This record gives sequence, C-alpha cells and structure tokens, in this order.
Amino acid sequence: MSVLAPPAVPAAQIKRSAPSAGGHGRVAWMALPALVFFVGFGVIPLVGVLGLSFTTWDGLGAIQPSGLDSWTAVITDPGLPHAMWVTFEIMALSWLFQTPVSILIGVFLAGHQRYREFLAVLYFIPLLLSAAAIAITYKALLDPNFGLGAGLGIPLLQQDWLGDETLALAVVVFVVSWQFIPFHSLIYQGAVRQIPRSMYEAASLDGAARVRQFFSITLPQLKYTIITSSTLMVVGSLTFFDLIFVLTEGGPGDATRSLALDMYKTGFQANLMGPASAIAVILVVAGLLIALLLRRLGGRGDESQLEGA
Amino acid sequence: MATVLAPEGGQVDRVASRPRPRLKAGGRERPNWAGATAAWLWLLIVLVPIYWIVITSFKTRANYFATNPLAPPSSPTLDNYRFVIEQDFARYFMNSVIVTLGAVIPAVVVSFMAAYAIVRSTGGRFLRWTNSMFLLGLAIPLQAVIIPIYLVIIRLQLYDTLLAIILPSIAFAIPLSVLVLGNFIRDVPRELFESMRMDGASEATMLWRLAFPLTRPALVTVAIYQGLTVWNNFLLPLILIQSPQQRPLPLALWAFQGQYGINVPAIAASVVLTALPIVILYAVGRRQLLSGLTAGFGK
Repeated sequence: MSVLAPPAVPAAQIKRSAPSAGGHGRVAWMALPALVFFVGFGVIPLVGVLGLSFTTWDGLGAIQPSGLDSWTAVITDPGLPHAMWVTFEIMALSWLFQTPVSILIGVFLAGHQRYREFLAVLYFIPLLLSAAAIAITYKALLDPNFGLGAGLGIPLLQQDWLGDETLALAVVVFVVSWQFIPFHSLIYQGAVRQIPRSMYEAASLDGAARVRQFFSITLPQLKYTIITSSTLMVVGSLTFFDLIFVLTEGGPGDATRSLALDMYKTGFQANLMGPASAIAVILVVAGLLIALLLRRLGGRGDESQLEGA
Repeated sequence: MATVLAPEGGQVDRVASRPRPRLKAGGRERPNWAGATAAWLWLLIVLVPIYWIVITSFKTRANYFATNPLAPPSSPTLDNYRFVIEQDFARYFMNSVIVTLGAVIPAVVVSFMAAYAIVRSTGGRFLRWTNSMFLLGLAIPLQAVIIPIYLVIIRLQLYDTLLAIILPSIAFAIPLSVLVLGNFIRDVPRELFESMRMDGASEATMLWRLAFPLTRPALVTVAIYQGLTVWNNFLLPLILIQSPQQRPLPLALWAFQGQYGINVPAIAASVVLTALPIVILYAVGRRQLLSGLTAGFGK
C-alpha cells in the first residue's frame, strides 16, 4: 500500500500548513462518533460480560457480586459439556458438508457461460432470507402431520424430523448449509476467477486431465480462500442462534442445545444472568482461539500464491 | 498480483467482479461433470422449499390438505395475504423500515468518517489504536455480548423501543464498514488530496467533495450489506422488545408462527410477505448486493 507512505511534501509546505500534513489532529475527531458507538455497545459490553460473570443477577433486580459462584455453577453443570459437544457436532458436520459442496458449486459458477449467471441468480436467494423466515419455512415443510412428507404420502419423508434427537441435529446442519452454502460458493466463485488461465493452459499442454487439474491447480490455489471460508463457517457456527432457536428451541430435550442456545436459555429463560455471562465468555474465547488456530494453519498469508504462474 | 491475492488484500472483490475476457482459442472448457451435478442438484434443493412456500401461500386451507403439496393451487386465493396483513403486518413492516434506515444511515456516515480519518492520518497513536480496536471488533459476536447490551439498554431506559435495536445495530455495523470503506478510500490517488489541500481545502471539505463522490459505489455496497443484516436481525428484537406493536418483521413472523402454526398457508403467506421487499431489491440491484455480501470477506 504505497499510498500509506509518508507524503513527499517539501519541508517548506509542511511549515506553511501547520499543524501537520494530512493533519492527525485535524482528522482525528472524525473517528469519534464511530468510536463512541462502538465503545458503548461493543467494548463496554465485552468487558461487561466478563464482569457480569462474577455476579448474580436475575435480569430485573439488583446486581450482586458473587465471586466465582457463576463459574463454579457453569463448570460443574453437566449441561456445559453437552452444549459444547452439540456445538462441536454442528460445527464439524456443517463444515464437512458445506465445504466440498461450496467448492464444487463455486468452481462451476466461475465459468462465464450465460446460463450459469442465471443459475447464480437463483442460488443466492437463501442469502437474502432471514434465519427466522428460513427456520419457519422448514418447520412447516418438515411437519410430520402438515408438511411436505405428509402431503406427498412418502413414508421416508414423513418422519418426525424435529422430534427425534439425531434427526433434529441433522436437520439443523442441513438447514444451516442451505442458508450458507450460497455465500461460500460466492466466495469460491470469486477466488476461482482469480486463478490465472495460463496455469490451466500449461497443465493442458502437459496432458493433465480435468480432475488432475482440479487437484493440482484449483485446490492449492484456493488454499487461502478455503481458510477464510472455513474460519467464517467455524466461528460463525459457534454463534448460530436464530435458526436453531426458531427451528427446535434447542430440543427435542437438549439435543440441539448449543452453547449460544444454552446461554440464552440460562440467561433469559432461567433468569440466571451470571452463569449465562460465563457461557458467553466461553463463547468469545472459543471463537478467538479457533480463529487464531485457523490462521496459524494457513501460514502467515503473505507468501505468494502464484508461484510458477 | 501476489499482494492482491493475499488474504488481507481487500482489492480482490473489485478485480473479481470485472469479468475476464473469454479465451476463444483452444476451446479449453471441458465439461465439469462433478461440478455440474452438484450445482444442478443444489439448485433443486434451494428451489423446492421456496417453490413450496410460494405456492402454498396461495392455497386455501382446505385445498392445502386435499391436494398434492407440490402442485400449484387449482384456484389461487389471496385470502392468506389478507389475513396476514390484518394481523398488523403493515406496522411490523414500518418498524423494520425505521430500524433499518435508522441504523444503516448513521452507521455508514460515522464509519465513513472514521475510515477517512484512519486512512488520512499520518500515524497518530489515537487513530492507530482506534483502528486496531475496530479490527478486534470484527471478532466480537453479537450473541456473546447480548446480556450486557440488555443491561445498557435498560439503564438508558430504552427497553421496548425501536431505538434499543437501532443503537447496538449501528455499533455492530461499524467494524466491517470501516474496514471495507477504508480499503476504498485508500484507492483515491494521493495527488488529488494534495492538490485540494494546496487550494486550502479543509479535511471536512475533502471528505465531502473528494472522498465521498469517489467512494460512492462502496458506500452503497456497504449500506446494502448492513441493511440486509439489520433487516433480518432476530436476536436484538427478541431480547429488547416486549410489546407486540414494536416488533420488527422477523420477530413478528416468529410470534405469528407460534400463534397460527397449524395454518400452514397463512404461515407461508407471512414468510413470503416478509421476504418480498428484499427479493425485489435483489432483482433490481443484484450485482451490488452480491458484492456487498462478500465485501471484506472475498479475499
């Protein structure tokens, strides 16, 4: 970013336009409004959630400091490992399902044929819908008595999708994928279009077949995109809330009670804001750790992806 | 070229959205069977629920139970829509419009100013610190801080008002908006700033007369992305709104579903009705919307 280099302004001019060229003092105030909003509703709450995790509060009355009580309650609660496991299952399964499908679709959509542009228009519709609308649609669609399966009379489709523990989790993973695969396909589509054609041409001359080209050129070239997309998927899946909440409310039983759901139910249904804050802190830390880990995996990111191009 | 492809680049979107000239020679494009199969199959998976919800919304309840659910209605009816609109959906729609405009316009304005300050700064500590705080902010999920936000809103006596949704929405739109807008302001040639400064223009004038017109497409893109996020937000209203008349659409949709769950055609109509404005917007400005969705990510 050469634009960021110090300006090559003769000393005389700097003197003339005091305080300083580009003037730090003269522009700094412009960042203030954004800073105020962000501190008020981002930074203070982030510090606040840590603070609240050392208190007892029912959401209405006074906030009482209570030391490590909330943390002890949360950590000894068998609900926590369960919620963590559910979160992990949703994270891993939705990653395993979304990544290959998104790459395949992204590669396919990267072609410049007209009809693929048209396909893309339809693909990206799920991106526009609110999680609430999607969850409500699937809830109606999968209803064992009133849904699609019942109407079509196909027994295979006529299961109690959201009433069975294993099925409910699978449905959550599927609906999550339905909502987010278009987004990740879009990312991959853009990345594939960045790969220089010369690489494929050279490979073709060497007699590499399509599948070989995919594995030897496309996939390695997509390395950083895969890491970006995976980070968004994995960190995002920690905080899935709307979709699961509307679809299953964490049920049946606790089968889809992920950490985000656990936090909401502990805080806003059981009115235990202290423990709920502790769960929220766990969420933040987990998210940051995973993001850092994935960054590590991806290398430092400043090496060239275009070696040999 | 290598820097453009680095994950932190930020230029990639614009490069990507420019279609490359097709190579004519050789006919290199061999069919991609795996991709084609996945793509067509997934298209079907995307379209079936959408098709189902749309046709169902035009069926009467009796018709819905009597016919094949995938067959179009024999005698389409608008009764479901009438019913949904009678349930105060016009008010919920207005609430959503107020919340979205009320959050997005200030968010884009303050983010633009902050991005301008960060890009134009010559390295003061305050702005560097502000910038890294926004970058850190990208990693804070709204869900994780919803309890303190609830507390702040109660203390500000804003609970159960639309402002309670608007203020946190602005805050959470800022980090990504600053990042994306900053990348665009950086592309404005430095000589233009210099020559305006020679003419005695203040930073505020340069922001308004130079940076603003040159980054207008980026502003629209950011506004659309944030607008979609705010329009579809469910968690903030769920926590911060109590009275039915203050509900924005997603929350109203959920409440409606809880109340009339068995009336599938009415539910379908409510879903279609809430999605309609966005789908129309998509039809009008697809390119900007899609580039907005990947702005800051597609690197």
